[in-house]
Amino acid sequence: MTDIIVHLLLVILMPPLLLGIIARTKAVFAGRTGAPYLQPYYDILRLLRKGSVFSDTTTWVFRAGPVVTLAATVTAALLIPLGNHPAPLAFTGDMILFAYLFGLARFFTMAAALDTGSSFEGMGAAREATFSCLAEPTLFFALVVLARLTGSLSLTDMLTRAAAGNWLGTGAAMLLLTGGLFIVLLAENCRIPFDDPNTHLELTMIHEVMVLDHSGPAFGYILYGAALKLFVLGAFFIQVALPFKTGVGPVDWVVFIGTMILLAIAIGVVESIMARLRLIRIPQMLVAATILSAFAMLLMLR
Amino acid sequence: MTAGTFIIAAILMAALSGIPALFLRNRSLGQKLATVILVFGSLIGLAGAMAILVTGQAETYVVAWSLPFGPCEIGLDPLGAIFLLAVFVISGSCAVYAAGYWPADDNPATVHRITFFFGLLTASLALLVTARNGVLFLMAWEIMALSCYFLLSTEDEKPDVREAATLYLITTHLGTLALFAMFSLLRGAAGSFLFPAAGSLNAATPLATGIFVTALLGFGLKAGLMPLHIWLPSAHANAPSHVSALMSGVLIKMGIYGLVRTLSLFHHVPLWWGITVLTIGIVSGVAGVAFAIGQHDLKRLLAYHSIENIGIIAMGIGVALIGQTLGNSTLVLLGMAGALLHVLNHATFKSLLFLCAGAVIHATGTREIDLLGGLARRMPYTSAFFLVGAVAICGLPPLNGFVSEFLIYVGLFSGILDEGGAAVAVLALAAPALALIGGLAAACFVKVYGIAFLGIPRSEKTNHGHEAVRVMLAPMALLAVICLGIGLFPLVLAAPLAGAVHSWQPDAGMTGYALTAAAPLGWITILGLVLICLAGGIALHFVGRLKAEPVAGGVTWDCGYLRPAPRMQYTASSFAELLVKTFAGILHPHVTSPAMKEPLPGPARFASHVPETMLEHVFMPVLRLANDRLAQLRRLQHGQLHLYILYTFVTLVVLLIWAY
Repeated sequence: MTDIIVHLLLVILMPPLLLGIIARTKAVFAGRTGAPYLQPYYDILRLLRKGSVFSDTTTWVFRAGPVVTLAATVTAALLIPLGNHPAPLAFTGDMILFAYLFGLARFFTMAAALDTGSSFEGMGAAREATFSCLAEPTLFFALVVLARLTGSLSLTDMLTRAAAGNWLGTGAAMLLLTGGLFIVLLAENCRIPFDDPNTHLELTMIHEVMVLDHSGPAFGYILYGAALKLFVLGAFFIQVALPFKTGVGPVDWVVFIGTMILLAIAIGVVESIMARLRLIRIPQMLVAATILSAFAMLLMLR
Repeated sequence: MTAGTFIIAAILMAALSGIPALFLRNRSLGQKLATVILVFGSLIGLAGAMAILVTGQAETYVVAWSLPFGPCEIGLDPLGAIFLLAVFVISGSCAVYAAGYWPADDNPATVHRITFFFGLLTASLALLVTARNGVLFLMAWEIMALSCYFLLSTEDEKPDVREAATLYLITTHLGTLALFAMFSLLRGAAGSFLFPAAGSLNAATPLATGIFVTALLGFGLKAGLMPLHIWLPSAHANAPSHVSALMSGVLIKMGIYGLVRTLSLFHHVPLWWGITVLTIGIVSGVAGVAFAIGQHDLKRLLAYHSIENIGIIAMGIGVALIGQTLGNSTLVLLGMAGALLHVLNHATFKSLLFLCAGAVIHATGTREIDLLGGLARRMPYTSAFFLVGAVAICGLPPLNGFVSEFLIYVGLFSGILDEGGAAVAVLALAAPALALIGGLAAACFVKVYGIAFLGIPRSEKTNHGHEAVRVMLAPMALLAVICLGIGLFPLVLAAPLAGAVHSWQPDAGMTGYALTAAAPLGWITILGLVLICLAGGIALHFVGRLKAEPVAGGVTWDCGYLRPAPRMQYTASSFAELLVKTFAGILHPHVTSPAMKEPLPGPARFASHVPETMLEHVFMPVLRLANDRLAQLRRLQHGQLHLYILYTFVTLVVLLIWAY
């Protein structure tokens, strides 16, 4: 019971902190002081209290977009185990629902973007559609590897059983998988080198350009939903890449929070030292990630 | 009164429903009468099919006939009942829809024809599922093929329609040819034209291989499996929309039914059967959706999605076959239950989408997605129903498409866990392939929904659409509710599906309990409700915030440009451009792009189009070659009827001599 409460608290409270840490890391690299760690919380709270502007071309789909997206992401957050602790809801095949909930979120984000009738947002939606299609198989190759590795068909077992010992036995497969998943993590969350969440050049953006027209509370939901997606997919990645476990409940929570902060710093470092890829390179990079994870699968199946 | 009486009554009512309309001077009355009879028949048939599914009992009847092909046996079992469910729900809905879509007063010349053949098609579909004699099956098959031809060619004054109908007629008869061979071989294996009991034939003989290959060809052509799908896109695009809905929802499923029924006759199938079916499923799924993305004709696009979904169904069948080979009953159960549920699901959401497309065409007069836009404002109900269909076909929760894909996924993954060797490699590749199919389908339906229904109208012509009439909206609403119902409460179907799998492979392990133990459908209900409650909660908060704070309107933010025009919006072609480029290797798109060399180039035009590549680049060259080389043979075909009769006579004499 305590674990469930801690899980829910972390899911609700921690995501914006990751954005704060990433921004701070980038600031340090750029030689600036940077915004406070809690800045994303202030931003979201401020947006929730603001008025809204809606384009006259939009319909209810535009308003439903952020709502459905956030609801789907929160539901997915109930299926992911954090650290060594089982998810509040776990059953055979939950990993498929997990993946498809993000599909639902994406569907509504893209539909809302097209509802504005803006060519910029259409462009963003087209890019998101293309790149997410190419990222999807990587996640499923990873799920195949994890299923075969742990003999289980539930995210909780797949991720909590993926212990550090696996790295000794099947190090090569795990390394390939980690590489593939990290690429997908960055691509799915629209981070550099795939997309730049801070850019103001609309032509080069993917996620940000899709939500250009949203304002006020709706934009607050979007910001929070994006942070939550980073948190959930990050937790997935962390448990494959850094499966440190002690078996002592409270310590495992601390280890989890620590590794998530490390992940945020790592993403900040990648964003600071890399440039954005040219748009035509992104599909190649995503296919490379798929092939990496396909190799991991071959190593597992042999 | 048994379930069989219900089904036979339903078949008779459907077959006869259009006959009064042929003779009545008052066309409108004839159409209404036909609709009422067909709907009533469908309800009776539905009751019968549900009774079979609930009791799980199989029944057979022998009807007296004087043909020398063995007894005319009619049989009902849960496997057939699943298909009957689709036949009656979709036929009934489409018949009601037709009353608004193809009203007698506006189409006095064609309404009697379309009503008559629609009833006949429904009857032949139901008869096909109940036939247990090869010859009866082929008769029903031909009635189905021909009545569909006459429905498809309703608007035969248009050259596109004639071309599509001819292509359909040729390919469907090629398929029938393969089925003639198959049933002859089956007679050799079973000893009579009657279908043998499930699991009674040995699959390890060369004869069995012949049956498998001919069945795959004949039924695959009807189902539209790649690369035998060439007739499907143009036929679905050019038929009246409620006919397209019935074709895509039910008719092509008869190919799946035939394949499933044929496969049920064998025991211990070799591994390569399962791997072949699974691989064909993957190819159809990925290629079907890739072609769909390149389309800008609303109905052609939906037709390509039928190929994709048939691919997903074939993947489920492949999983079940692999499970049968390996003796893994969980795989059989999950794969086959997933495939059968996807048959039902695809029937509902694809028919729903075609009916919505029909409403759009009715309102705007075009199928061209790039000319549409902003329909959600003028057709709020149609666009909401289309959204339900679109989310369902993408396999997204909480709608029904997700449930069947979930079953197939869990089947794939449990195979990956438990098995080894060649089977596991294919299963492990199938899971990411299914994910790719899902991603591409979502891209495609965001495109259709976003471009056609959202934004602002792209042309003057399509600016004054109107909402569909109630009689068209009611069937759409029914299908949308079924989509949501199955998506939220799949547990209801667990026992019927397991019963159907049991009649496919009589095995003690095939129970609803085993199905839910392998794939916990109850959790889908819980998570679906959690999702809906969360969305509702957030929506309430959102509405509260909107009430509390000022809300302003304005033009769309176009990065400082204040006069966005409809033509500046992204089009279907531009949305799909990145993906079409990625898949250019299989799509071979035709692109005409202007060369802009001078500093101030003049007006230019860009156009791109994804053709039916398989037909243009593979089948037509081969057929042209055959046409050239076999010119000599064509002398036999000169159009003189008396000589044709002579051919028949000579053939009979030769056969008579040979028989001695």
